[in-house]
Amino acid sequence: MTRRLSADVAVIGGGLVGSSAALALRRAGLSVILIDKGFCGAQASGVNYGGVRRQGRSAAQLPLSQRAHQIWPRLKELIGIDGEYQRSGHLKLARTPEDFAKLEHYAETVKSFGLDLELYTGAMAKARFPWLSGNIAGASLCPDDGQANPRLVSPAFAKAARDAGAIVLEQNAVHAAVRANDGFALQAGADCEITCRFLINSAGAWANKIAADFAEPAPLSRIYPSMVVTEPLAPRLPVSLGEEGGGFYCRQVTRGNYIMGGGRGYALADPDFSRPSTTAAQSVMKRATALFPHLAGAHVIRFWSGTEGQLPDNNPVIGPSGTTPGLFHAFGFCGAGFQVAPAVGAVLCDLVTSGETVTPIDAFSIERFRNMSSQHNEKKGTHNETVE
Amino acid sequence: MNDTSPAVVVGAGPAGICAAKTLVAAGLRPIVIDEGLRAGGQIYRRPFLDDGRSATDLYGSEAAKATRLHREFDALLPSIDYRPQTLVWNIADNQLHLMANGDHQQISFQNLILSTGATDRVLPFPGWTLPGVYTLGAAQTALKAQGCTIGRKVVFLGSGPLLYLVAWQYLKAGASVAAVLDTAPFTAKLNLLSAFRFDPRLVLIGMSYAARLVRRGVKLRYNVRPTGVDGSQHVEGLSFKSGAKTHSIACDAVAYGFALRPETQLADLAGCSFRFDDRDRTWLPVTDETGRTNRKGVYLAGDGSGIAGADAAEISGELAALALIQDSGAVADPGRMSVLAGARRRKAKLRDALEKAFPFPENWFEQVPGETKLCRCEEITVSSVVDTLHGNDLRELNRLKALSRAGMGRCQGRMCSAALAEVLSSTQKLTLTEIGRLRAQAPVKPLPLSLHEGGA
Repeated sequence: MTRRLSADVAVIGGGLVGSSAALALRRAGLSVILIDKGFCGAQASGVNYGGVRRQGRSAAQLPLSQRAHQIWPRLKELIGIDGEYQRSGHLKLARTPEDFAKLEHYAETVKSFGLDLELYTGAMAKARFPWLSGNIAGASLCPDDGQANPRLVSPAFAKAARDAGAIVLEQNAVHAAVRANDGFALQAGADCEITCRFLINSAGAWANKIAADFAEPAPLSRIYPSMVVTEPLAPRLPVSLGEEGGGFYCRQVTRGNYIMGGGRGYALADPDFSRPSTTAAQSVMKRATALFPHLAGAHVIRFWSGTEGQLPDNNPVIGPSGTTPGLFHAFGFCGAGFQVAPAVGAVLCDLVTSGETVTPIDAFSIERFRNMSSQHNEKKGTHNETVE
Repeated sequence: MNDTSPAVVVGAGPAGICAAKTLVAAGLRPIVIDEGLRAGGQIYRRPFLDDGRSATDLYGSEAAKATRLHREFDALLPSIDYRPQTLVWNIADNQLHLMANGDHQQISFQNLILSTGATDRVLPFPGWTLPGVYTLGAAQTALKAQGCTIGRKVVFLGSGPLLYLVAWQYLKAGASVAAVLDTAPFTAKLNLLSAFRFDPRLVLIGMSYAARLVRRGVKLRYNVRPTGVDGSQHVEGLSFKSGAKTHSIACDAVAYGFALRPETQLADLAGCSFRFDDRDRTWLPVTDETGRTNRKGVYLAGDGSGIAGADAAEISGELAALALIQDSGAVADPGRMSVLAGARRRKAKLRDALEKAFPFPENWFEQVPGETKLCRCEEITVSSVVDTLHGNDLRELNRLKALSRAGMGRCQGRMCSAALAEVLSSTQKLTLTEIGRLRAQAPVKPLPLSLHEGGA
C-alpha cells in the first residue's frame, strides 16, 4: 500500500546539514519530513574527524563559520547532549618557514573576523606547547576553536528533529523528485509518496543527482578521508592539531584515544562504500610518531573512512536553486562541513521561512557552475586540503 | 599453473596444514602465514619450547592426529615459504598486509586460502572482567603452550565440548577442578545419542571426560546460571544459581565460554559475501561445499568458515586446496573431492547434533544484570547499551556500535559482538539476521603505531 505524506518542507539527506535544517524548521513551526537513504548521520557527518574549526577557512566561509561558532556551545540545549564539544583550541603547525609565512598571511587576511589567532615562531611554539616534538617552523593557535564527537552529534540532531515533530524516514532512498503544483512530489523507499512546498537537497556526496534532476548539475566528485584511532592513552594533547597544507591532523578525546587523519581512502566496487588506504594510514602513523615520540609504543586499533562530496573550488553549494523556486541546495562541503553545518541548517531555515538570510552566502551559489559542462569528469579529488 | 604470485594459506591449524600439504602435492610452493610460533593452530598448539611433555600429555585422545599433522607440516617446510609469528592485518584488493617482527610487509596473491580458525564465544556475566577469569580456550592455551594453569583451583563454566575437555586436561595436569558448571540442562546431553550415529568415537571420548571427572570426585552441575564472581582484586569464588538455590564455590580462577565463534574479519576484508547461519548463530562467509567464495581466488577452510571442529578442518583444508588447483586449470582428483565433500556433509550433521547437546543460552539477555560490563575494552554496561538503543530506536548493529561505543575498543567487537547482537535482537524483538553484522575494519588486531615498512 502506498504511504502518502505531506509537509511544508522535505529534506533529502539526514546528515548534519539536513538534520539541523529539519530541527530549525520545526522550531520555526513548519512541518518537516527528513529522508535518508541509510541512517541519519551515518555518512560523512558521522564519521569525520570531529574538528570544530574556523581557522584555515576562506574569508568567504567565515561569516557562516562564526554563526556556527555561536551554536556549538548551545548543543545541550538544542539536541540534549553536548556531543563532547570542547573549545580546546585549534593549533595549526608549519613545518617550513614558507608554511609559517602562509599562516602569517592567513592571520592578516582574516583579521577582521575576530578569530583572535595567536602566532608562534618555532622556538616560541615549543615553549608554549612543550608536548610538541619534531621540526616546527611555527604555529598558529585559534584558542576558541575546538572539537566534538561527530558519531554522537550528527545522529543527535536527527533525533532532536524527530523529537521536535519532524517525520524521519530512514532507509528510504528518494528515487524521483519533481516539481508539482505549487511544490514538489517525491517518491521514496518502496512505496512512499511525499508532497511538499519546499525541498532541501542536503544529500551530501549523493546530492548531484537531485541537482541534475532540476537541470543544474554541479561538478561534484567524491573524496574519502583516511582515519586512524589509537587505543586510549594518558591525556597529553590538549588541542586539536592540524598542519599547513594538510596531510596530518590529530586530536585526543577525553577517553584518551588519539584520532588522526590525513591522505585519502578509496572507494570499493560499490562506490557508496570506502576503505581507508594503508598508505595514507601509515603516513599518518609515521607523522604521529615524529610529532609525538611518546606514542611510539602505542597501538592503533581501527582505521576508517567515509564518503564526502568535493567541489572544484573547495567551497560548498549553499542557497536557492537557480532553476526552481522552492528548492534549496546545501552540499559539497569538501571535507570541512562539520563545524559550519549547524549554521547551514539555520541559513536554510532562514531561506525557507523568509526567502533571505543575514549570513552572506553568495559565494556558495550553485549558479557559479552554470556555465560548466554538465558532463564534468568525476575524478577523485586530488588536492591536499585537510579533511576535518 | 602459470600465475606468478604464489598461493597463500593463512593459518596453520589442521585446515591450513592440510591445505598446504595438498598444494605442495600438486607441485605448488605456497606461502603459509601463521600467527603462532609453531604450526598446529589452537587445537594442536605446540609448547613454545619442548618441555618433556608427551603428545599424549598434551593432546590426550587426539595425540596421534596431532603428531601426524605436526610431522606432516615439518616435512613440508622445505617445500613452502613458512612465515610464523606473522599477522595478516588487512586485505586490500589482491594484497595481504602483514606484520612480522614489528615490520610492515605486503604480499600479493592470486589465490588465497583463509583458514583463520575460531575463538571462544563469550557472553558476559557479573564479574567476568575480574582478573582470574579466562576463556576456556585461553585456559587450554596456557596449558598447552606454556605448561601452566590459570589457577590452582579452577571452576569451569559455560557450554560446549571444550568445557569438559579442558576441565579434564586441567585435572590430568594436576590442577584442582572445583566444579564443572554447564549452563545447559542435563537433558540437552541426550542429543549426544543422535551425534553418536555420525561419530561414535568422538562422542564416547567426550562422554568419557565427564565420566572421568565424576570418578575423580568433581561436581558436575547442569542448568547453571552464574550470578557473580567473588573477590575484589582477583577471583576468590564463583556464585551461581542452579534451580532455585544459590551456591557459592571457592576457587582462584574461572574458565568459561559458550562454544566457538569463527574469525571472519579477513574474509570480510577480502570482499566475501556473508549469510546468517542458524547453527553457529552468527554470520558466515558464503562458500560452496569446497570452500570457494564469491571472490575469485579466495577460498575458506576450517572453523573460520563455520564451526565444524578439527577433523572437519582437515577435510575442508584439503577440499579448498583441491578447488584452488582445479580453478587454476590443473587436474584435481574429482573422485577425491566428492569423497571429501561427502565426509564434510557428515561432519555437518554431527555438528547439528552437538549444537543441541551444548546449546547456546538463548535466555542470556533476560538473565544478565544491567550493570554487567558488556564491552570490556570501552567499559560499556549492558544497561547503557539498552538505553542507547531505546533512546535512538536503533535496529542495526553498526549503528548501535557507533552510538553506544560497544565494540569500538581494542578487540573491535571480537569479544563482545555476540552479546551485543543478543542485546539488540532481544530488546527490539528483531531476528539476528535483521540486525545485520558488524563490518570488519583493518587492522583486524591492534598494530603498533611505529609499524614501519620492512622487506617484502
